[in-house]
Amino acid sequence: MRATFVTSEVGAGLRRNLTMTFAVIITVAVSLALFGVSLLVRAQVTTMQDFWYDKVEVSIFLCARGSDAASCASGAVTAAQRDQIRADLESLRPLVEEVYYESKEEAFERFREQFANSPIVENVTAEALPESFRVKLADPTQYDVVASAFAGRPGIEQVNDQRQILDKFFALLNGLQAVALIIAVVMLVVTVLLIVNTMRVAAFSRRRETGIMRLVGASNFYIQLPFLLEAAVAAALGGGLAVVGLVAVKSFVIDRVLAPSFQFTAFVGWDAVVAIAPILLVTGVALSSVAAFFTLRKYLRV
Amino acid sequence: MILFDHVSKTYASQNRPALDDVSLEIEKGEFVFLVGPSGSGKSTFLRLVLREERPNSGQVWVLGKELDRLSNWKIPSLRRQIGTVFQDFRLLPNKSVFENVAFALEVIGKPRSHIRKVVPEVLEVVGLEDKMERRPDELSGGEQQRVAIARAFVNRPMLLIADEPTGNLDPNTSVGIMKLLDRINRLGTTVIMSTHDSQIVDQMRRRVIELETGHLVRDQSRGVYGYAR
Repeated sequence: MRATFVTSEVGAGLRRNLTMTFAVIITVAVSLALFGVSLLVRAQVTTMQDFWYDKVEVSIFLCARGSDAASCASGAVTAAQRDQIRADLESLRPLVEEVYYESKEEAFERFREQFANSPIVENVTAEALPESFRVKLADPTQYDVVASAFAGRPGIEQVNDQRQILDKFFALLNGLQAVALIIAVVMLVVTVLLIVNTMRVAAFSRRRETGIMRLVGASNFYIQLPFLLEAAVAAALGGGLAVVGLVAVKSFVIDRVLAPSFQFTAFVGWDAVVAIAPILLVTGVALSSVAAFFTLRKYLRV
Repeated sequence: MILFDHVSKTYASQNRPALDDVSLEIEKGEFVFLVGPSGSGKSTFLRLVLREERPNSGQVWVLGKELDRLSNWKIPSLRRQIGTVFQDFRLLPNKSVFENVAFALEVIGKPRSHIRKVVPEVLEVVGLEDKMERRPDELSGGEQQRVAIARAFVNRPMLLIADEPTGNLDPNTSVGIMKLLDRINRLGTTVIMSTHDSQIVDQMRRRVIELETGHLVRDQSRGVYGYAR
């Protein structure tokens, strides 16, 4: 194998077909960048889930006087009921990680803190607020187990899962990710078609050389290698551009714009970018090499 | 060297067979003319030898191998033992004479030192040793065909196939090409040459194989072109 011969062929091929090479690089870059963004959004959702699910808890509100839920028909929760609920929650370990009882007074304290500047505090007494168990789950997705065990039990007014509110938000993000992914896939298909066409043109424009190579007994591998490397090099350049775009998204859009405006939540770190970059490069190079390989098999037969 | 055993070939788009039940044998070191009108099957014959086509029936043996049983990845090594020359020269216009010949060696992975040694040698055999740096468009037709022959011969093939090598050349130039092919044949390479040029065939007095509409109609040692049947 003569390395200098192959590299000079690749360089000549890329230059000869400059406009097509350019088109391949750009489409690869755009489609892979979109693909990268969709992976980044997925990583963002995971990051936020880790961040929030760690903080969410299930609230079991106990009946207060005057609650109108069916399970509260017998009036405020009794001490026996409360102890039984606590015992039952403890028995759910290890699913239940932590149980914390919040009395009416504590609920009132928290309420006053939360609404410190609001006149509403004046009208609320500790008696009006329900006492509750705050339950932290080892696995927040197992909420149903707790809900089915406690919802509707005498003495319990309501079982609330904070996760449900978050999930609506995550569903939105997941939707965005799906849209980005679909566009990325469509773009990748377009890219493959473009590569197929580029290879066809390249094979046609060098049919004289490849014809002679066949006649003098060059192996298929040797004939196709320059073409394959051309496709791979173009795809690698496009993939490189896509990675640059991804870095720009992370350092400008996320770090400079989003993170300062939404300080209450966590954003994806550079580790996600580092993980996605090789995926983009490998996807680009593999896709274009495979596309080129099958095109060449058709147009450069022995 | 070459054995055709009841070979028939029909192209997918045609009804009439391009070759119909052809059987013949060509020995090592022979010089064979393949004659016949256009469409008689000469090109198909040569393409079968090069394994560019496969027969529909019958067997083609070349250099001791049955080509239909030859797996695809072994075809290149077969073709490295066969030199090919065409009517249209098939040179690369942007490469010099030296580079055109060297190309044939580069693409089969020969080392540079070997190329630098054998290319000047073979250009001397064809008489172009002082035109190595010229481009094809600076050469006459005869000289271009000599470059093509040098390229075909640089690997010292067992077999040289020439498909109407003098078809684009004037008679005087053709004589020079024929002398060159004759010389290559005397160096031990089997030569098969298809041609329409009756003068050449009559002068050379070598074996003549004539095809007509795919049939073998004449196989004559020391033959002439227009043999009355």
